[in-house]
Order: sequence, then C-alpha cells, then structure tokens
Amino acid sequence: MHIEIDEISKQFGTTAALHPVSLAIPSGALVALLGPSGSGKTTLLRILGGLEYPTSGRVLFDGQDATGLTVQERRAGFVFQSYALFRHMTVFDNIGYGLNARPRATRPQKAEIARRVTKLLDLIQLPDIGARYPSQLSGGQRQRVALARALAIEPRMLLLDEPFGALDAKVRKELRQGLRDIHDTTGLTTVFVTHDQDEAMELADLVVVMSMGRIEQIGKPGDIRARPATAFVRDFISA
Amino acid sequence: MSDATFRPATEETPLTRRILIGLAVAGLGVLVFAPLIAVFVEALRDGVIVVVESLGSRDAWSAIKLTLTIAAISVPLNAIFGVSAAWFITKFDFRGKAFLITLIDLPFSVSPVVAGLCIVLTFGANSAIGAWLVDNGYPIVFAMPGIILATMFVTFPFVARELIPVMIEQGRAEEEAALTLGAGGWRVFRTVTLPNIRWALLYGVLLCNARAMGEFGAVAVVSGKIRGETATIPTTIEMLYQEYLSVAAFTLAAVLALLALVTLVLKTLLELRHADQLAATHRP
Repeated sequence: MHIEIDEISKQFGTTAALHPVSLAIPSGALVALLGPSGSGKTTLLRILGGLEYPTSGRVLFDGQDATGLTVQERRAGFVFQSYALFRHMTVFDNIGYGLNARPRATRPQKAEIARRVTKLLDLIQLPDIGARYPSQLSGGQRQRVALARALAIEPRMLLLDEPFGALDAKVRKELRQGLRDIHDTTGLTTVFVTHDQDEAMELADLVVVMSMGRIEQIGKPGDIRARPATAFVRDFISA
Repeated sequence: MSDATFRPATEETPLTRRILIGLAVAGLGVLVFAPLIAVFVEALRDGVIVVVESLGSRDAWSAIKLTLTIAAISVPLNAIFGVSAAWFITKFDFRGKAFLITLIDLPFSVSPVVAGLCIVLTFGANSAIGAWLVDNGYPIVFAMPGIILATMFVTFPFVARELIPVMIEQGRAEEEAALTLGAGGWRVFRTVTLPNIRWALLYGVLLCNARAMGEFGAVAVVSGKIRGETATIPTTIEMLYQEYLSVAAFTLAAVLALLALVTLVLKTLLELRHADQLAATHRP
C-alpha cells in the first residue's frame, strides 16, 4: 500500500512534536525513520497507525484520505518498542488475538485461527513455543512473536517502533535479516523507527532522517551517505 | 552462600536478624493475635450454649443480616467505581488529575464521624432534599440507604488506591496493541486490562469488604442504631458492651472477626490455587 503524509503536524500542549512534514512512501518499500530521541519519529509512526491524531495535515493510503480512520480501521500491524505482548496469554493466544477480535461475521473458525497461528509460528521459526507465556521467552523470541501477532491480522502495512532497541548486538543482527526476509515474503509496506544509523542504512530501501520534529533528508542509504543534505545529517550519520 | 565469612551485602548479621524478627513477632502478638484470641476466649467464657443463645437473638441476627446486606451492596458498587476511576486516571491525560486523586483519598483523611454528619446534613429530614425524599417514602438517614452511602464513602478509596499504582506500572502499551489488532474499547478492557489487574482488584475488594463490614463511626451517626432495624454488627457490639452484656458483645465481635478471617482465608486459597499463573504472568 502506498502511503502519503501530507503536511502532518502534531502539537502536545505548547510543544510541537512535529512541524508540518510531508513524505511519500512507495508501495512495498521498507522505510526507516531515523533520528535521535525527541526527533518526532515515533510520533509520526503512531500517527500512521492511528494511535495519535495529527493536529493538522492528512494521511493518504493508496490515495484515499485515511486521516479520520480509527486505529482499528487502519489495519496496521504495529510492533511496539517493548513488544507489549499480553502477559497473561500464551504465545498462541497472543498471535490469535487479532483474529479472535474480529466481528463475528468475518471471524475465522477456531480451527482456521489455529492453522494460521501455527503457520505464523513457522514463519518466525519458533514452531514449538505456542504454549509458553511471554515471560518465559527471550528478548529476541518476544520480538518475533510481536511481529507474528502484528502479521496475523493481515495488515495493510507494518509499523515497527524501535524493533531491535531492547536486544543485544548479536540477536539484533540476526533479527535484522529476519525482518528483511519477512518484508520480502509478505511484500508489505513497512516503516520502522530507529536511532541506529547502521540499522537504518543496512536494512531500509529509503531512509528518512529526522530531527526536532522536522525531516532533514529523505533518500536511499547510499545517497544519504554520499550527499548529506544538512550539517545535522552529516554529523548524525558519521557519529 | 554457605561460607560464613562471605555474606551478601543485602543480608543482615544474625543478631540484627533475630532482633528484627523478634520485634515483628512481638508486635504482631501484642497488637493482633492477643486481642483476637481474647475476643474468642471472652465470647466462649460462659460456654457454647450462651454463644448460640445470644446469636439466636432477634437483634443479633438482624444485625448480621444487615451488615452482610450492606457489604453485598456497597462492595460491588465500589468495585465498579474504583475500576472506573483508576481506568480514567491512569489511561487518560486531563487537567485536574491530581485534584481527582486527592478527592479519591479524601475518605482516608476525613474522620468517619464527620462523613456521617455530612450525610445527615445533606439527606436528613432538615434538608430540602431529605424532606422531599422522606415525604415521598424514601428516607435516607436512619435507614438502609444512608448506611450504604456512609459505608461507600468510607470504603471508596480501597479499590481505586489498590489499582492505580498497578495500572500506572503496566502502562498503556498492551491496550494500544490490542487496539491496533482491531479490538474495540470494551473488548480491550475485558480481555487485556481486567486480566492484568485482577489480583490488585481482588485485594482491593477484600480490603473494601473487610472495612465495609467493620465500619462504625459513619454508620453510627447515619443509622440512628435502631435495634433490629438499622443496627449493624459493629454498632450492636458497642451497644451491648455499653449495657455490660459482655458475652453477647464478644460473641458478635467474634462473628465479625470470623467474617474477616474468612476473607483472608479466601484470598490465601485463591493465591495458592493460581500461584503458577501469578508467577508466569508477572512482568520479568
């Protein structure tokens, strides 16, 4: 799905989290929102997912105005920073949650839900952990379960907030490839937030560098490296 | 850590440990166990037959029924109010939040007697609302509604106070995740929020229940302590005691203590039964 952000701004009280920003995300792209904390990248992601409403501006999905759509109507697969797995449910129930939450008319049969959950567990290469609780998983496993849970709703796009933030360096590397693979197999338009320029450069097709609620530069990783548009970008990517 | 010379930094010396344990046991013994045992000993002083007789009296029976009814009405209502208040305070940002929290705590700082008087002033026959209600056959003061109001006022903070810290600690992420997965507000509450707070809710309800059954001050003012009608267990105990009917007073006191003990046992049983679940769902 093609996403267009048209002059979106966000005000929290008297502080501006986002100055009007515009951005076009081509269908099927893997995009990184890169910036230090407080740059507005997470706010932008949450606006895309419908968890925050913009103060002004529009969001368009495939050319249709989606600004007024509720979080449920957006059908965005959202992976939270600390994964936000339901701690009182098994992995199996976590992944099946979105399918069980559908209105009766479109809710799949129990057996069908079980089949899809099993398939997703295979996709994240953790076929045997369905009966466990989130507290019994490692950080990397939790992240993959969160990804599977987001994919279960057959989302129109995938939004990830610092998906590798809480992991150690080795697991981080492995899971980067995992996300790339899942993106390539599903073909979903994917936006992830990160403060790690290596991660953004290595993984994304398109990198959006943000600072202080503004977009500093949009470009392919190579272009940003070769031709930083502003002094901030130069400093940030060389850090 | 069997080597005696190496002690973890957080561990006290054996002497300190003994002193601390001794203090705790002595405190519990003097303040909790001794009085509790005294109540039962006093009640049984003249034998079981006297106990059964005094429990069988019309007034005692009416007091027990009234107290249980009051608890059965005010505790569920306060559980609903407490959950709503805690939900509202922890999941939304709004102006005046600190003020609302203070307001919830108010019953802790106001003397129950004052609370009772406020209810009498507001709903008594001398006030406009009270007079209208009495004329229309719904007396509040010196009747069940007044006792319920007084009990609910005094026990209001228990559930909310128990829930707010837990809900703040858990944050909003799980609810947000459920929303992005397509769940509506009520479903999120039922399948995510409520299961996460159920233990805190249970504690809050148990505390609320114990206090609701035991409340004296506010109820004494509001109820008028009419024997066989508006006298609850605590107010009846006081009246019996004032009349030197100490066996009857202590028998009823023992009943109240037993009700509290039943609550505690229930809580412990639930904890034992769900111990594995508690361990599994606790934040690592």
